[in-house]
Amino acid sequence: MKLVVAVIKPHMVDTVKDALQGAGVHGLTVSEANGFGRQRGHTEVYRGAEYTVDLVPKVRIEVLVEAEEAQAVADTLVQAARTGKIGDGKVWIMPVEEVIRVRTGERGTDAL
Amino acid sequence: MDSGDTSWVLASAALVLLMTPGLALFYGGMVRAKSVLNMMMMSFGSLALVSVLWVLYGYSMTFGTDKSKVIGDPGEYLGLKGLMDPEALSGTIPTMAFVAFQGVFAVITVALISGAIADRAKFGTWMVFVGIWVTLVYFPVAHWVWGGGWIMKDVEAIDFAGGTAVHINAGVAGLALALVLGKRIGFAKEPMRPHNLPLVMIGAGLLWFGWFGFNAGSAVAANATASVAWVNTFVATGAATLGWLLTERFRDGHATSLGAASGVVAGLVAITPACHSVSPVGAIALGALAGVLCALAVGLKYRFGYDDSLDVVGVHLVGGLVGTLAIGLLADPDAPAGASGLLAGGGASLLGKQAIGAFSVLGYSLIVTLIIGLVLEKTIGFRVTTETEVSGIDLDVHAESGYDLTPATSGAFRQQSSKAAAPTGEGAMA
Repeated sequence: MKLVVAVIKPHMVDTVKDALQGAGVHGLTVSEANGFGRQRGHTEVYRGAEYTVDLVPKVRIEVLVEAEEAQAVADTLVQAARTGKIGDGKVWIMPVEEVIRVRTGERGTDAL
Repeated sequence: MDSGDTSWVLASAALVLLMTPGLALFYGGMVRAKSVLNMMMMSFGSLALVSVLWVLYGYSMTFGTDKSKVIGDPGEYLGLKGLMDPEALSGTIPTMAFVAFQGVFAVITVALISGAIADRAKFGTWMVFVGIWVTLVYFPVAHWVWGGGWIMKDVEAIDFAGGTAVHINAGVAGLALALVLGKRIGFAKEPMRPHNLPLVMIGAGLLWFGWFGFNAGSAVAANATASVAWVNTFVATGAATLGWLLTERFRDGHATSLGAASGVVAGLVAITPACHSVSPVGAIALGALAGVLCALAVGLKYRFGYDDSLDVVGVHLVGGLVGTLAIGLLADPDAPAGASGLLAGGGASLLGKQAIGAFSVLGYSLIVTLIIGLVLEKTIGFRVTTETEVSGIDLDVHAESGYDLTPATSGAFRQQSSKAAAPTGEGAMA
């Protein structure tokens, strides 16, 4: 099994979720994240004082999938999250040793 | 006794009272989330303590029989004795209504100072400061300006609703305390963004609303003077907000919501002393001038390196000076005060009186506040520990958090009486 992790623009969450559901993904985890990449931060002004805000709000999406589906899911995610502008984010794939469904104790693929 | 006047003054007193909780919101939204409650508590603490002191001896010190044009007789109305008599009148209203109206002025004047020392003052020391400052600074200064003291009788400066007694007074006291307490950790290095601008906007709205009581109520009658004051307050505030926003737009490229809220307050401050001595068009000029100058003045703290955290100096001291001095230029003989400023052909004498009034209050308040602040800092300590300041003053000093937005919590209920339950550090007693 694999874990597909994506850090994307917050307003792309719905598009990505719909695309992944269309690709047969049954569940995912979304969390709020902050970070910077090539996009760097932005500037805010309060009573004339400029602050550079280095960390940009992002959303982190995690999807557990069968090993052979990982590439396809990652591709779907990349397609859906792309706006073509700087700051679109990153997607990566990690190996997963075991998955267990809390309610039933099922393991492996059955737990997905 | 005039029932119309009385009802307007009582209603105005309630309006002015609302300004202090409004100020708590205005200031509270501007600090970081970790110190929002402490910021608001400084206002509520002023409300609590000054209301008691006002009734016990403050009214008498301010409006008791004048002693040498310096102070009112503090024993005359001790505990407001004698003032429950239905025959006790101030002009056309019961003296008790006047006591109520003037008491809420004392409350907000002290609360205004707290914006200069956000995030870093011990709450207990702040409360001691409130009691001492209102006694040694506010009551005497209000007596000089309104209670028959020397600024009113000898200088004859115009201060309708508190440009000198309230705003210059509190503004320069804020500067003094900012100097005594020193800069916040990370000042002018780390971003210290306002954590909740909608809260700031609500606060500015409540201040604006309450300010009609502050200014129009200062006529102490429901009459033409009150109406002129009302309209001047209305229009000067609009002009100041425009002035602030235009300054921001040309200097920084953006008209900001914090700028709008600040422009509102700057305009209200500036028109406060002048609202019965200028024409409505004069009020527009005065407001616009205050909006622009205050927007420029809030940057001074970075140039001179004092951490007036929420710009009490830039808004209240500068706005108060602009309004007080502008009377000397813009006073219109057709306005209720009947005075003529320089531009109305009245010569420079009024401007001179205004300057003497303004700078006397400024000098007195600066020196006495510095002394009070330094004595408190050297004895009981005014500033919280570095750990408390970094981790957040709310949790350590008040044992509370402003916001709990996460559904995932962990912990257990403990009996109130259990002393060991207090999960706070040394700052808990501060």
